[in-house]
Amino acid sequence: MDPGDHLFRRESGRMVAALTRIFGVHNLALAEDVVQDAFCRALEVWRIRGVPQNPSAWLMATAKNSALDVLRRERTARSFAPELGRFLESEWTLAPVVEELFAADAIKDDLLRMMFSCCHPRLSEQAQVALVLHILCGFSVDETASAFVTTHAATEKRLTRAKKVLAGSKRLFDVTAPADFSARLPAVQRALYLLFNEGYHGASAETAVHVELCGEAMRLSALLLEHALGATPVTYALAALMCLDAARLPTRVDAAGNLISLLDQDRSKWDQQLVVEGLRFLELSATGSELSEYHVEAAIASIHSCAPRTEDTDWETVVSLYDTLMTIRPTPIVALNRAIAIAQTQGPERGLEEIRSIGDRDRLAAYPFYSATLGELELRRGRHERAREHFRAALALARNPMERRFLDGRVGACERDETQRAYYEQVWETCLAAEDGS
Amino acid sequence: MSEFTYLYRGGRDTPQSAEQRQKQLQKWAAWFKELGTSGHLKELGHPLESAGMVVKGSQKIVTDGPYAEAKDLVGGFSLIEAKDIAQAVDLSKGCPILEVGGSVEVRPVMQINM
Repeated sequence: MDPGDHLFRRESGRMVAALTRIFGVHNLALAEDVVQDAFCRALEVWRIRGVPQNPSAWLMATAKNSALDVLRRERTARSFAPELGRFLESEWTLAPVVEELFAADAIKDDLLRMMFSCCHPRLSEQAQVALVLHILCGFSVDETASAFVTTHAATEKRLTRAKKVLAGSKRLFDVTAPADFSARLPAVQRALYLLFNEGYHGASAETAVHVELCGEAMRLSALLLEHALGATPVTYALAALMCLDAARLPTRVDAAGNLISLLDQDRSKWDQQLVVEGLRFLELSATGSELSEYHVEAAIASIHSCAPRTEDTDWETVVSLYDTLMTIRPTPIVALNRAIAIAQTQGPERGLEEIRSIGDRDRLAAYPFYSATLGELELRRGRHERAREHFRAALALARNPMERRFLDGRVGACERDETQRAYYEQVWETCLAAEDGS
Repeated sequence: MSEFTYLYRGGRDTPQSAEQRQKQLQKWAAWFKELGTSGHLKELGHPLESAGMVVKGSQKIVTDGPYAEAKDLVGGFSLIEAKDIAQAVDLSKGCPILEVGGSVEVRPVMQINM
């Protein structure tokens, strides 16, 4: 089995989704148990006999047989999916119905159903994302906790509460009702966006986790695009944004595990296939009248992707896109990014002014890259002492060793620049003195 | 060369994440591959179901079982070739079941000259 192929994780979501469809959402815990049993069984058999040709089919067949056992054994004691009730009661229809529900196409719908169910309006956005990661992406409690950089206990509590809400929702979300679908679609898009961002900008230290979260978000977005009601211009924009950002993943961190700023990345190593895919999605998103934040963010990402060198970046357009983004989602982070773009076209002083005028910039106080941006701009202004103070403040807020090394390097750069400047000043003074003497 | 069986016990009920399971499987595959390429693996053998029946005595009394504790249940077996029991024991030390609380019982296959 290929170590990079996360078979159990991937199949976990498919199996839980299919089983929950049969057992009913109130039996979510039962579905999860059946999946765990199937995994245990797979491990027992495969460790000795080796992994079969088609492990996914093997696991699905095991889950299907367990489902039949459970249905036969407990149909008098338990109620299962209400919409399937009659079919599950009769031995004549039981096996064919279960067979049908385990067909590949049916499982795709089940995943979508589960995705929409996880984005329940009674759950916070954070809880929705955690639930998607845990149920659909097969991340264990510990893995979910490390993805969000929280403790096992906190994550378990959040998941337990979220599952209770989900199990209490009587039935799974109906993805065939167009009005309901469209009403919940924005929440689903948002959850996938947050999941991707957690991977892309999140605090998790391990690079591998980063990339995996982005991959999961992209996989689920692709699933959304396969559904007639899901493939809206906004979903295309979201997919475009993910592809264009993910194209830069290989260069965000160097071989030594150090963070590289967008401006310093080796652009020749960006994943061109993803760039092309992203641009294609961006084109497909350009219909209809709705301009979502994903459209604007994807457009910004496309400008970076299309600039062969940092200095070729069309910063004017980037600034105007951030202006638009501010009208859709005026968050301090967006304002900070806008200020950075302004600094690129109009100089660091203007950038600093823009940052100072961010109304709710106190909300950025705990974000290390807020102080780091101030440091960067002060450094470019030549105010090394101030720059160093900002980088030190950022360093104190660093969320993982990678950020710590990066910011430590920036503190060092200020000090180097300072000695360099002192040297140049000395040279300059010597020159002046020489001129005086001549 | 003599033959030995490895009886794998326990190591099945440890709670594991998807990733840990995957790693376990990779370790088993690597271990068997090593045994195979060094000429020590005679037969992969088979996994065994935990629930079966026990037939006992001249009365042929049939009961469900054996209901041993999970850690004592034989979950499968393989057939190994080794110079002597010391080598067979040595080779068994690479078995990934040992990392998850399980054990390997090494038993020589009886040599019968007929």
